[in-house]
Amino acid sequence: MMTFIKDTTVSLASSGYQWVNDRLPVDRAFKTHMSEYYAPKNFNIMYFFGVISLFVLVNQLLTGIWLTMLYNPSGAGAFDSIEYIMRDVEYGWLIRYLHSTGASAFFVVVYLHMFRGLMYGSYQKPRELIWLIGMAIYFVLMGEAFMGYLLPWGQMSYWGAQVILSLAGAIPVVGDELSLWIRGDYVISGVTLNRFFALHVAFMPIVLIGLVVVHLLALHEVGSNNPDGIEIKANKGPDGKPLDGVAFHPFYTVHDLVGVVIFLIVFCGIIFFMPDGGGYFLEKPNFEPANPLKTPEHIAPVWYFTPFYAILRAIPSKGLGVIFFAGSIAILFILPWIDRSPVKSLRYRGMLSKLNLALFAVVFCILGVCGVKSPDAHPFGLTFIDFKTVGQICTLLYFGYFVGLFVIPSFEETKPLPERVTG
Amino acid sequence: MKPIKLFLFIITFTASSLTFASSGEQELRDFHTDPLNRTKSLQHGAKLFVNYCLGCHSAKYVRYERIADDLGIDKEALQANLMFTGEKVGDPLTIALGHDQAKKWFGAVPPDLSLEARLRGSDWVYSYLTGFYPDESRPFGYNNKIFPSVGMPFVMESMKKDMSEEDFDAAMYDLTNFMDYMAEPMKKERIELGRWVIAFLVLLMLPVVVWLNHEYWKDIH
Repeated sequence: MMTFIKDTTVSLASSGYQWVNDRLPVDRAFKTHMSEYYAPKNFNIMYFFGVISLFVLVNQLLTGIWLTMLYNPSGAGAFDSIEYIMRDVEYGWLIRYLHSTGASAFFVVVYLHMFRGLMYGSYQKPRELIWLIGMAIYFVLMGEAFMGYLLPWGQMSYWGAQVILSLAGAIPVVGDELSLWIRGDYVISGVTLNRFFALHVAFMPIVLIGLVVVHLLALHEVGSNNPDGIEIKANKGPDGKPLDGVAFHPFYTVHDLVGVVIFLIVFCGIIFFMPDGGGYFLEKPNFEPANPLKTPEHIAPVWYFTPFYAILRAIPSKGLGVIFFAGSIAILFILPWIDRSPVKSLRYRGMLSKLNLALFAVVFCILGVCGVKSPDAHPFGLTFIDFKTVGQICTLLYFGYFVGLFVIPSFEETKPLPERVTG
Repeated sequence: MKPIKLFLFIITFTASSLTFASSGEQELRDFHTDPLNRTKSLQHGAKLFVNYCLGCHSAKYVRYERIADDLGIDKEALQANLMFTGEKVGDPLTIALGHDQAKKWFGAVPPDLSLEARLRGSDWVYSYLTGFYPDESRPFGYNNKIFPSVGMPFVMESMKKDMSEEDFDAAMYDLTNFMDYMAEPMKKERIELGRWVIAFLVLLMLPVVVWLNHEYWKDIH
């Protein structure tokens, strides 16, 4: 009798699965994207950050849904409801920290993921579209983070948004009308909060998920790049599988698990022992409710926007500043067409290319510091230079990277590419 | 240099430059606390808070009952020592002082103190509380080193008169500790839970995934 029930259950389950599979390409999708998607076997640690970004996205979506259940999106109730979540809701503090500090983690891993692309030329042909979609994700993510940051309705939420939204006012002719239209009021108010909430919890996440799916579809169409920047599809075995490739599942699923767990250790270390990141992940002025009549002494956006904010402030005229600010992000979109090097990976480029990227990374970080600091303050107490000047020099160097990327390949010798990947 | 080494170098460089860049703020007294072991200090701080601060400042996000639970105070002791105006134990620490009245008396509305320690930092709170000095030019006869021309009178004046400098500092330490607690009452729970989470990840999850990865990859060269 028991065997009969067991057999019947098994056959019911498998025939049910078959029924679905005949009507939906479950097996085919799994094969295409997991068990028969061949990824280069020589990925290094820089290749963890894509999957970790996805992991953090899921974290943001899940914790976000729970926060939405408890948050009150109104000018009068927003700040109080955050404290309600932090104090009166069981484990509300954990959900909230996971979300608010998760936003910073998201940018850390996305920046590293993008930097990986710069190191190994992952944006070059045939992966230009993957890069473009990735940049679109980054752009939407900035909007998502910006709108989310208004929701706690603290002083920095309010004034940070005020400063950034006023930038739209620098656009000629339509500028003022445009910022009025975005705010829905003459100043940032509960109306702005409500629309930002709607966009933050519904519209932007849908766009993000859609773009992430397209990003992965495009990646799986052309195949992953690798630290050597050579195409593994060029060397196929008699069975038609790339000789230097391994099936994503199970090999990279188990491999990525290691990366995810190590990330979790670091992430939880911050969540549980330093959730405000020393005032950089949760800024101190945001523990005071928004007050339209009282401007904080020092307004700085959250750290992940400060490199671009520093560029904005480096230019003395507001109009030009906005152009450079927008340009510093826009130029990243056309990166695949700026880089003219015949090789992808930095491994096979010359010293000058390596220094160019290293300088870019350092400059980006210094710009980040400049954006946090008051422009009149002096770095390391050096009286002959202030952060404004540092910001101006670094702005120049920031754009210099792209000039270098365009110019250096015209005279720099590249090293010979290997036939097969080099581990 | 291999790009990956270059990358690690950049990370180290940036981390060290950030550390440098963040030094050199206003000079404050250091405040150190051990969130796992401060019940006695918090109990004393709570008593000081309701006696000296709660007259003018609210702490509207904090509930009496939560304080009692977190600080190991039973309900009778709570009502006898910390609650004076007939509130219910589940009530928050609100006050009757109106904004207009307060503005007339002090020139500014005394801020709600629930989050003060996170807004300004516990170092700041400790420095402020111990920073009052006599100044005849001020309406209440005292000024503050950290907050010049502050509207708040030195309400701890009578307490300080009967105390040595050290004892007063110790009392203000307890009060600061309590404000640090109020700003993030789950701090103790957070750290305790965090230890279990990290232990779980490091001792259990990490070995399992590393082993799993090794088993699958050992034949791939």
